[in-house]
Amino acid sequence: MSEAHATAADTGTPESTRVRHGKLVSQVITLAHGGGGKAMRDLIDDVFISAFDNPALNTLEDQARFQLSDLARLGDRLALTTDSYVIDPVFFPGGDIGKLSICGTVNDLAVGGATPLYLTCGMIIEEGMPVETLRKIVASMASTARQAGVQIVTGDTKVVERGSCDKIFINTAGVGVIKQDYQLGAHLAQPGDVILVNGFLGDHGAAILNARGDMNLSSPVESDCAPLQGLIQAVLTAAPGTRFIRDATRGGIASVLNEIAQSSKVAIEIEESRTPLRKEVKGFCEILGLDPLYLANEGKIVVVVPEAEQDAALSAMRAHEFGEEATSIGQVLTGGVAGRVHMQTGFGGKRIVDMLVGEQLPRIC
Amino acid sequence: MCLGIPGKIVHIVDHELQLGMVDVGGIQREVNLSCVAEDDQKLESYLDEWVLVHVGFAMSVIDEDEAQATLGVLNELGEMQEELTAMREGAS
Amino acid sequence: MKYVDEFRDPEKAKILINEIEALAETLHSRWQRPIRIMEVCGGHTHSIFRYGIENLLPESIELIHGPGCPVCVLPMGRVDDCVQIAERPEVIFTTFGDAMRVPGSKKSLLEAKANGADVRMVYSPMDALSLARKNPDREVVFFGLGFETTMPSTALTILQAEAEGITNFSLFCNHITIIPTVKAVLDSPDMQLDGFLGPGHVSMVIGNDPYAFIATHYHKPVVVAGFEPLDILQSLWMVLKQLESDEAKIENQYSRIVPEGGNDVALQAIGKVFRLREFFEWRGLGSIDHSGVQLTDAYLAYDAETKFNVKSIAVADPKSCQCGEVLKGVIKPWDCKVFGKACTPETPMGALMVSSEGACAAYYQYGDLKKLNVRLEVEEEVAVA
Ligand code: SF4
Repeated sequence: MSEAHATAADTGTPESTRVRHGKLVSQVITLAHGGGGKAMRDLIDDVFISAFDNPALNTLEDQARFQLSDLARLGDRLALTTDSYVIDPVFFPGGDIGKLSICGTVNDLAVGGATPLYLTCGMIIEEGMPVETLRKIVASMASTARQAGVQIVTGDTKVVERGSCDKIFINTAGVGVIKQDYQLGAHLAQPGDVILVNGFLGDHGAAILNARGDMNLSSPVESDCAPLQGLIQAVLTAAPGTRFIRDATRGGIASVLNEIAQSSKVAIEIEESRTPLRKEVKGFCEILGLDPLYLANEGKIVVVVPEAEQDAALSAMRAHEFGEEATSIGQVLTGGVAGRVHMQTGFGGKRIVDMLVGEQLPRIC
Repeated sequence: MCLGIPGKIVHIVDHELQLGMVDVGGIQREVNLSCVAEDDQKLESYLDEWVLVHVGFAMSVIDEDEAQATLGVLNELGEMQEELTAMREGAS
Repeated sequence: MKYVDEFRDPEKAKILINEIEALAETLHSRWQRPIRIMEVCGGHTHSIFRYGIENLLPESIELIHGPGCPVCVLPMGRVDDCVQIAERPEVIFTTFGDAMRVPGSKKSLLEAKANGADVRMVYSPMDALSLARKNPDREVVFFGLGFETTMPSTALTILQAEAEGITNFSLFCNHITIIPTVKAVLDSPDMQLDGFLGPGHVSMVIGNDPYAFIATHYHKPVVVAGFEPLDILQSLWMVLKQLESDEAKIENQYSRIVPEGGNDVALQAIGKVFRLREFFEWRGLGSIDHSGVQLTDAYLAYDAETKFNVKSIAVADPKSCQCGEVLKGVIKPWDCKVFGKACTPETPMGALMVSSEGACAAYYQYGDLKKLNVRLEVEEEVAVA
């Protein structure tokens, strides 16, 4: 089998290069599907390869192979990242673990200025999972990967006994290439810079907490899970002086802001009245006594840009489907206490916005 | 202590258990109405009422007039302050 | 949101601040010392920090953050009992979220859960009862916590369980009462308070009369206050007005929610199901007479302590803990020797570090550790900027 000449542009080629077409007959995943025999081959062929279908994967080698010259055309540095996805429930309003596992890794690459290209997919599946469920998750990974312009080029599957994992755990690692001019870092924020976000905060956290059902609330809020490479490239093109971008996942924007303040040794002030929140997320937080600044997002980034590039960055974001509600929420102060983030409250007071200690629990009494 | 939040009763869920659906900013939750429902009143008469919800129980029907009166005091104070400033400025 | 946004209006806040500043100046020059006002309720403490109210107030006003956070004042021994019940294999232990992190002498409920106990977060005691309905082969225990505000919901849930004949449901009762506690604070010799913000949601259940003794016996003003930031400022202004005219009476700022006489249905349910304990142990404050309730004999079948034969062992608060003094306003959180060192929100030693409604946790999280004062720090920032 010749080496794959895979580039991002190959995604979705109509001519498949698949060489093997095993069919999976069983309805339920059993330990046999992780055993290395025919059952496992059929699972890989029929569920994974058929969905992910791309030249590098279709070679079925133990590793995906890339032409360095192809990569070098896109930039001067490689970016590599990995993340594991465990989520309860596996399917939630606005997404599922499959979509999440692609978006998360794509976004982790993209916020560094990289063009995401290739992902790996490692799965640990609990025996007893219906094959239909697995197909749904894999299909969601495949379509999200297409949307993000990346290929899933190698993978691994393990099946574990009931109780050894919670339905399914997915790990994806990703490789991307960073363009010559991009220099982003949490330590680069400077006094006068402005802090931007690309839309409503806390949707993912509120959707997941609600989907678990413990609180018996009915809420229309959906996860904001989305691949942001396009939006981020648009920002970087419009505002080449951008200092730093980070996706505000667990710990919410509060954690990202604290990281910037600490790494750059600056003080940051945000304004409560400018933080974009859906009415329902506000309501959700009021009922449960939660602070939306700490709720997780899966499709939101914090962007630090020099003030002069604020308008350019904002209009680039607003022109993109995942940035329509983009807005500036605060700035890096001149002076102030380095490493601190505070918020001008909507009521006219000020308070410190600290890192979260542990998990945010509903506050009831 | 005792997180309580205003919500509007949007429909009655169960007459026997005195349960109603309350809406808080677009989020809905089933809430027990027995602390606010008067014996001789039909539960339906509480539709569209605003109640204070605490741990799944409606604990008080919000009194719109009192709410207005509370805010009214502040409006009056504001007017008084304006007059005072105007007087001072007029005097100087 | 209606009844929320109107009470967060920064323009009206300015009006109140003007009035408060004028009154504070008069009182301060009359007394030549700070004016100390206690908000009894942890919900108020939370609002004060969340909206940054302290740095809107003149320096001469000191807010003392009182004992009204039922999660914070839960003693270690009670948490140990909880864990003991939760770890029984037949038990589904249900609790409000914020109680999960309170440390016992060995572990918290969160840790017990990590070790395999079936601990579940619920929003309402009624949800715990539904779990009992759905799991007839398990024992569902509800961790009853809170002041008079929360008592009726627990009582009505017990009455509902009785009506349906549900027997696999029980209550681990840690409900506490506010009046004896305020009295204990007032009676303490080192008490230095000029007035109170009364707990609005407790009052919605018990009415305003029970506070009368604070005005008549102790001659301190009480204003029953709502929880939105304007409510708090308006109530502070009302307390100051009383102080200025040398009055001491009970006023109700939260009249949109609090009926003078409280809530009859709620009080009846409480009366039917609960009776006063002789005393109850508080973290940081020690034992206070009649400050807790337990199920009456008629409802003992629903008492988890009886059902599971819990042998409570009291565990003393750590010696270095100075929560009691902070609660009474004798010292500020940062004056405590272990504040921010041995005692942090991750490893709380004292009650007040446990929940964000506790004064120490609030200062730790929202205040600067080095200068230990939100107000100073923010002022400095403003000056530099
Ligand atoms: S720092 Fe800890 S021990 Fe000291 S008073 Fe505060 S909570 Fe109690």
